[in-house]
Amino acid sequence: MSIDTTEKPEPSGGKSRGKASGGERFADWTDGRLGIYSLARANMRKIFPDHWSFMLGEIVLYSFVIIILTGVYLTLFFHPSMNEVEYTGSYVPMQGQLMSEAFNSTMHISFDVRGGLLIRQIHHWAALVFLAGMFVHMMRVFFTGAFRKPREVNWLFGWLLFILGMFTGFTGYSLPDDLLSGTGVRFMEGAILAVPVVGTYLSFFLFGGEFPGGDFVARFYSVHILLLPGIMLGLLAAHLFLVFYHKHTQWAGPGRTNKNVVGMPFLPVYTAKAGGFFFLVFGVISVVAAIATINPIWAIGPYRPDQVSTGAQPDWYMGFSEGLIRVMPGWEVNFWGHTLVLGVLIPLLIFPLVLVSIGVYPFIEAWITGDKREHHILDRPRNAPTRTGLGVAWITLYMVLLVGGGNDLFATHLHLSINAITWFVRVGFFAAPVIAFLVTKRICLGLQRRDRDKVLHGRESGIIKRLPHGEFIEVHEPLAQEALHKLTAHEQYEPAAIAPPTDDNGVAKKLTRGEKLRAKLSRGYYAEGNQIPKPTVQEYEEITSGHGHH
Amino acid sequence: MSTHEETPEEHLPSEQREHGAEAVKRPENPFADPGLPPHEHRVQDIDEAAAKRSERAVAFLFALSMVATVGFIAAYVSVPQDKSIYVWPLGHISAMNFSLGMTLGIALFCIGAGAVHWARTLMSDVEIPDDRHEIGASPEVTAKVKADWVQGAKESGLGRRKLIRNTMLGALTLVPLSGVVLLRDLGPLPGTSLRHTAWKKGKLLVNMNTNEPLRPSDVVVGSLTFAKPEGLEEHDHDFQKEIAKAALMIVRLQPENIKDKRELDWSHEGIVAYSKICTHVGCPISLYEQQTHHALCPCHQSTFDLADGARVIFGPAGHALPQLRIGVNDEGYLEALGDFAEPVGPAFWERG
Repeated sequence: MSIDTTEKPEPSGGKSRGKASGGERFADWTDGRLGIYSLARANMRKIFPDHWSFMLGEIVLYSFVIIILTGVYLTLFFHPSMNEVEYTGSYVPMQGQLMSEAFNSTMHISFDVRGGLLIRQIHHWAALVFLAGMFVHMMRVFFTGAFRKPREVNWLFGWLLFILGMFTGFTGYSLPDDLLSGTGVRFMEGAILAVPVVGTYLSFFLFGGEFPGGDFVARFYSVHILLLPGIMLGLLAAHLFLVFYHKHTQWAGPGRTNKNVVGMPFLPVYTAKAGGFFFLVFGVISVVAAIATINPIWAIGPYRPDQVSTGAQPDWYMGFSEGLIRVMPGWEVNFWGHTLVLGVLIPLLIFPLVLVSIGVYPFIEAWITGDKREHHILDRPRNAPTRTGLGVAWITLYMVLLVGGGNDLFATHLHLSINAITWFVRVGFFAAPVIAFLVTKRICLGLQRRDRDKVLHGRESGIIKRLPHGEFIEVHEPLAQEALHKLTAHEQYEPAAIAPPTDDNGVAKKLTRGEKLRAKLSRGYYAEGNQIPKPTVQEYEEITSGHGHH
Repeated sequence: MSTHEETPEEHLPSEQREHGAEAVKRPENPFADPGLPPHEHRVQDIDEAAAKRSERAVAFLFALSMVATVGFIAAYVSVPQDKSIYVWPLGHISAMNFSLGMTLGIALFCIGAGAVHWARTLMSDVEIPDDRHEIGASPEVTAKVKADWVQGAKESGLGRRKLIRNTMLGALTLVPLSGVVLLRDLGPLPGTSLRHTAWKKGKLLVNMNTNEPLRPSDVVVGSLTFAKPEGLEEHDHDFQKEIAKAALMIVRLQPENIKDKRELDWSHEGIVAYSKICTHVGCPISLYEQQTHHALCPCHQSTFDLADGARVIFGPAGHALPQLRIGVNDEGYLEALGDFAEPVGPAFWERG
């Protein structure tokens, strides 16, 4: 056996101009060790389709990067300790006041570190953008059906990121140990106490004893800067990997099929656009942080369990849980020396249910349709009226609870009675999603009918024509084939025909409860009246080809 | 399609096609995918002068970013940290935060704007189709993987040697218990600590603001006074923990207005002392409406009637505020006649 000591021939050997450039030689060297060329072959010229809504996820990604960059900077100055110290910093109105080291160091960052306030505000604003971006991105994916096979797992990753993002936000918000966030932590403690059997134990373990104790800032700190971001980083990497691996979804259109992806290559177009977009997002958030104060802890003051300010609000992403707790009647059941605090426990249970209901949706829809195929063409929301209706119902529920979470602000700003708002939210919690579902579905069906008319009768041209006998009519222009294709490209499911199966002797078997439910749901999604049949070629031919056939 | 039957033929698409010049041949299937439309050139693709203009615009943005970064450094070293400036319409704001944020924002934004403008005007915008491949493996690969798995499992003998399998599962199930046990020292057990506060018989009611013991004459009708037990000082190590339970809210009512018998018994000359900690989730109650004797928690709007045993009249709280029994000592100061009879603050499982 001979040992071959020569390197592989350089890929650039074809060049007659002599030696490869330094960069190229470095790339060759790296490839020999890390195999980067095989990786680049599939990804460097990866095709991404273009649509404004695909940019929402990018905003989220970039705000996450911004949060990490600014967060690392903040850790250099922040002291996660609850030891009481007297303030001696440069903010005069607070000098001599007792506060925790956490609050003191946040004051130090805000007033004595040059640019510290800016980084703090960028961090906080980026966190709000991060969560708002995830919410909107999730809705984009939901309403276009981008969660369908093969992307269900990626939907779950994204959904987990949203939930972890909420808790990372909450723990970070609590770190300065200011009066507002401390009140939020107290709320959390009260909620934990409501957990049957183990509530007090959980609370004592979390706070290292009685509230507030001297531990929670340090504990929240490690959760906020290490545990949760670590998990999120892993999920984010998996999320992005799957986006690359699955290749991005695209809208229906000429030349765009379920078997291809049409767009521009990663290098150079998306490297420039996406890379540039990072700077755009960072730049905009910096400007916002320059002109808009967020969480002015110097105006709020350090936390004291016996003090509170009016208008106490969590950050927006926690608002819906706040709404749940505010509008719930204060039910308490006492029995055998125990208390079941339903008034807090029920909101505490509905909170995850609201989130889980959207998280499991892709699996429910897949079960109803029974569709095992891959879907890479996005649905227009109108073409899935029931799904769109459910999505809007979910958002409506979320928004109603958000109103509940800010009921005091709505009352003071709109001069309304707080009792009236509370009752509105209580009723709205049940009624508003139903109304939203029905209205949305009607709108979707109306839009489907309009698409159908457009395909069959053409576009309204705006040209009014007078006929010889005096009648005025509007001329309709036929659509180009591209448009016809686009408006008819979607698939329409039939309601699942679940007949009682017969056994070998022809005796009908009984349907299971699950099968019955599925058939019922399937009818709700796809039966006549729940979607408008798209025009067929035959219908089109009949209407358009005729000379006097009408 | 009955609604369309009256439509004159002239307006039907086919008619128009004849009137108009576009005598396109009808495709077999009018809805069929016509394929990718031809690429439309941008002005920069055909006019080198326009491309040059784009190039200059991109370069300008990048240069502006450089200027802004220099501005950032200049602001960092030259703007005093305590200086505030008036910026319309924001009002008086920190000069440093504003100048640093704006320069950083411009520096970053211009890089982004330059890159995006470059991509949009000068890089190729020809759309390229790429094939997708089924995510799932081909049947051959699937069969091979499954066969390998079976082979591996067989060679491990896991299915055959039950003793190994069961002991291994047992060991793997038990080992995380160590981690759970280690969490025990996160905190002490609750015991009865939630049932007791710093109040005891004979403890004076100390005004939270003045740090002086209260006399009945200090509490006037319509006012709301916050109090803490004597001996609890802000500098104390456990002040936060103790005040979280002991914080007291004192009001004076006309004794004839007090509807609740026990409330009247536990009061002194119409002065009643209630826990300040809301029974919902523990916010301090800080709003008092003197006409109606209602106390309102600003967090979740639970409202308590202080003239009627502090029962809940609105909001999510589940039970009345605990009352502290008070009296007057020999020197004429208000004092507690014991601890709260029930736990203060949010309800919990063991509260009963």
